[in-house]
Amino acid sequence: MALELCPVRSLTPLGKEEKPGFFSLRLTLPDSMSEQGRNAWSNWAPGQFALLRPESWGPELSWGRPFSISRLEGGAVEFFFQVAGRGSRRLAGLRPGEPVWVSGPLGVGFALEEHRPTLLLAGGMGIAPFVGYAQGRRGQAETRLLFGHRAPLGCYPYDAFPPGLTKEHFPDKGPEDLERFLRRAAELLADNAARGGLALACGPLPFLRAMRDLGAACGAALQISLETRMACGAGVCLGCVVKTVPGGRGGFSGAPAPVCACGPVFWADAVDLGE
Amino acid sequence: MPDLAVNIPWAGGVLKLSNPVLAASGTFGYGVELTDYGPLENLGGFVSKGLSLRPMPGNPMPRIAETPCGMLNSIGLQNCGVEAFLRDYLPRLPKAGPKVIANIYAHNSKDFAELAGLLSDAPGLAALEVNISCPNVEAGGAVFGQDARAAARVTEAVKRRAGALPVLVKLSPNVTDITEIALACESAGADMLSCINTLYGMGVDIRSRRPLLAKVIGGLSGPAIKPVALRCLWQTAGAVRIPVIGVGGISTAEDILEFILAGAWAVQIGTANFARLDRIFRLPGELAALMEELDIKDLAALRGDLRTFSL
Repeated sequence: MALELCPVRSLTPLGKEEKPGFFSLRLTLPDSMSEQGRNAWSNWAPGQFALLRPESWGPELSWGRPFSISRLEGGAVEFFFQVAGRGSRRLAGLRPGEPVWVSGPLGVGFALEEHRPTLLLAGGMGIAPFVGYAQGRRGQAETRLLFGHRAPLGCYPYDAFPPGLTKEHFPDKGPEDLERFLRRAAELLADNAARGGLALACGPLPFLRAMRDLGAACGAALQISLETRMACGAGVCLGCVVKTVPGGRGGFSGAPAPVCACGPVFWADAVDLGE
Repeated sequence: MPDLAVNIPWAGGVLKLSNPVLAASGTFGYGVELTDYGPLENLGGFVSKGLSLRPMPGNPMPRIAETPCGMLNSIGLQNCGVEAFLRDYLPRLPKAGPKVIANIYAHNSKDFAELAGLLSDAPGLAALEVNISCPNVEAGGAVFGQDARAAARVTEAVKRRAGALPVLVKLSPNVTDITEIALACESAGADMLSCINTLYGMGVDIRSRRPLLAKVIGGLSGPAIKPVALRCLWQTAGAVRIPVIGVGGISTAEDILEFILAGAWAVQIGTANFARLDRIFRLPGELAALMEELDIKDLAALRGDLRTFSL
């Protein structure tokens, strides 16, 4: 973990013709980065996140904003985000060169098991961490992506995945689409479980609950990445906790655990997401 | 270089701080979590997360919400319990330099006293801070800090078992007259006061038609409450003879000097820690630079030197 001031390399709208408010943000990891920063970023794991706070933000915004790290390329770290509130709206106004405080990489990333077929389940912007994850996969085992989305496909980094990956996407325009998506997710999870694979899910809470239920039904080894409001990103404010399940994987006692420090990735059976 | 050292006198001795910057309870964990962001040695000290006799799970989510220039929280004092603090955290904290202050919380005087007893001879602790004012946990009735007699009872109970440790009582601003509570705590034996805890607040999401916090009402903190904190500090410091520590929305070196001019002996940094976790570690240096710029040699000369208008 490190805190570095990183200039904006680029802010690129995605699918702008179709639906505004989706962006790729690339921040340059500076040459002047501390040794701590260099070590932290060279060891980042997909599924980890960073808190972003432009230096220009005054006291009117009290916290940075957490985003999944999508990938590291050419000395820049890339994030994908969708405007959802006043923080992301301000991020959407960043200009090239503008300095941003980056606290990261934070938290616990996804398991990476080269020999196991791995199924990536993404809902909306939950696709972001899987770009870097898929790039980092080595070996012969299959990597497959199932993507459900509400905005047009061009709003997401769907084309950023490496060629070897099998992918399919389901636009969600109504209850029937959702049914179709869930049926497909159930098939793929069951198939993944039968082959001793690993399944990873990232997306909004209702999506994660659905994946948890489907995964439990077929005995899938499933990890989920949680999205939550965060203030500190360091496990001290305890504002982002999730209920944990004693005895589940992850060794939690049952006490609420901060998503920022103990997650955002958890084994699905280690946390209680409610209904 | 200006002298940042602060020697806070109390009946049993002097609490010596290398500088007046302390981290506020609930914003700095147990002191070991943020060492990647800066050296603890930079700080005058820190106040631990509120400790209770047994571990507490805290409130349901959502527990926090950002508001303009501030935040609401209703964490519900989730903590590891006093025993885990003594066993797992305190031994890892520096024995010299930054002062470690344990914040304690309970539902009745007896538990408060027991907490004080457990902490009184813990090696490496510099003081106890008593939370009589947290609005987040249902105490089955009035909050201690809103009733002068209840506040005095708790102060007395803690003081009786605190051994050689000075006792700070953290006041709530959610009262009609903060000086009434302050004076009651002073009479009951408080060695110092921390002023203030969060203000009651609430927020609403018009789209979901839900409150921003699961418990609806929470504590407001951050720069939005700084004028309230400054007013409370000024009134309290003017009413009692014991030292008062300022807390509430402080995030810059300028803020620190404002509180010291109003009468504070030291300050606590809370919500500002969340905007930038390295901020607090830099503040003492920024304070020294500002004092140099303003030609202030030491803080003692500045304390309480607010030159009010003659009306």
